[in-house]
Amino acid sequence: MSSEQEAESIRCLVSKVGLDGHDRGAHVIARAFRDAGFEVIYSGLHKAPDEVVQAAVQEDVDVLGISILSGAHNTLVPKIMDGLEEYGAKDDTLVLVGGVIPDEDRPALEDEGVAAIFGPGTSIEETVDFVRENAPQR
Amino acid sequence: MSAADDQLLEELLAGKHRALARTISKIENRSPGYRDLVSKLYAHTGEADVIGITGSPGAGKSTLVDKLAETYRERGETVGVIAIDPSSPFTGGAVLGDRIRMASTVGDMDVFVRSMSARGTLGGLSTATADAVKAMDAFGKDKIIIETVGAGQNEIDIVRTADTVGVLVPPGSGDSIQTLKAGILEIADVFVVNKADRPGADRTVKELMEMIDLGEGGGFGGGSGHHGPDATDHATHDAGDAADVGGSNADSADADVSDGDASWRPPIVETVATKGEGIDELLSEFATHQTYLEESGEQAENARQRYAEEIRTLLREDVNALLEERLQDAGGVEALADAVRTGDTDPYTIADDLLEPVEECLEGLKTEETPETSSQS
Repeated sequence: MSSEQEAESIRCLVSKVGLDGHDRGAHVIARAFRDAGFEVIYSGLHKAPDEVVQAAVQEDVDVLGISILSGAHNTLVPKIMDGLEEYGAKDDTLVLVGGVIPDEDRPALEDEGVAAIFGPGTSIEETVDFVRENAPQR
Repeated sequence: MSAADDQLLEELLAGKHRALARTISKIENRSPGYRDLVSKLYAHTGEADVIGITGSPGAGKSTLVDKLAETYRERGETVGVIAIDPSSPFTGGAVLGDRIRMASTVGDMDVFVRSMSARGTLGGLSTATADAVKAMDAFGKDKIIIETVGAGQNEIDIVRTADTVGVLVPPGSGDSIQTLKAGILEIADVFVVNKADRPGADRTVKELMEMIDLGEGGGFGGGSGHHGPDATDHATHDAGDAADVGGSNADSADADVSDGDASWRPPIVETVATKGEGIDELLSEFATHQTYLEESGEQAENARQRYAEEIRTLLREDVNALLEERLQDAGGVEALADAVRTGDTDPYTIADDLLEPVEECLEGLKTEETPETSSQS
């Protein structure tokens, strides 16, 4: 019906997972996403994979950004991906990983279903553009 | 309703979290077909108690809501939380941070927390919130908590979706004049002095008590005119109408439901949300208010008013959208605005011209309908 105004907005969850207290990067991203007009939910520090999955499912986010600087990405990311699958949310959530991820670990994460990995030095514009272009159409 | 929506509804009623999340997204996005979905939800609602929590930024709302949810869970009840944060009027973006404070219940899927923001549409959020509450109700949540910064008309409309409203007043939030000034106090069913371990808490409690007592004596809540148009209504009530000062029962005053003895006097509860102190007492006050609503018949009245408001809001939005089309047909609002700027015409003439055919249509409808309606009435 013509009277239904659509008011869509890209929803993102920016999450910090595991024993990693460095959240400056996550804050910068959260703010940049907000300024790009997205709705950003920030998880807070030291979340368990289950908690991140719970938030992503309940908030029905289009984009899940996982910030990891602790080096535990090979353990934590697969747990999150499994959790998303359990709730049927894996296929239409764009999962991004940010942080210090060695090159040799990247293929395995991408196999798990991570859409992109943004390392140190990535520009804000690049990240925002990637989200705009790849946010799932539902 | 489309097959996909049918399935979504089925899954929601079956208790699938993903389906509830997706339904709320549809409501927020106003995506095609959301109306049919929501109207199907109505048949499954009415079981949940809806509680509103409001107060200034930093008053401790999210922390309190977290503790409330935790306590409800200990009692075996399921909880839905709708946390509302403002969005930027410039970019439409928002950072929804209430989730961070809700740490006691993470990992428990029976607490469903959903963050929402205004998305720029005036009044649209209160409709979306009411619909999201319906979705959680239909899903089978026992308690639904709406958390919002209580600033401005828009936010107050949101909180009216709730049966019971708790207003947080932090210690040291100004002298009694300050509390009189804030329109937010008029919607309180229960006052919560949070951070009660801080200095000044006693004084805040005392000032709130004085305010409520003033209202009880009819001192300023009555005919003195501070409440604007409502005041005349209140003045007709007897002096025992305790809620006058809070104004929480303004709705019932119109309906003449309450008499002096039965009317609600907003209690004051002291809490320290970070330590979980006073939570049980607060919950029992909420329960008392719920019982009061049921026994006084106010619940029915409130529900009626709420639905009346929902109908009006929906109609207004629909008519707005229709008029927007009409505006486009007339050459777009910018061309018209330019005509006003150059002095060719004025906004009133334009509005009249645009509405004239619509009014004629309505007139036509009326003359067609008259024979039938008159025979019915």
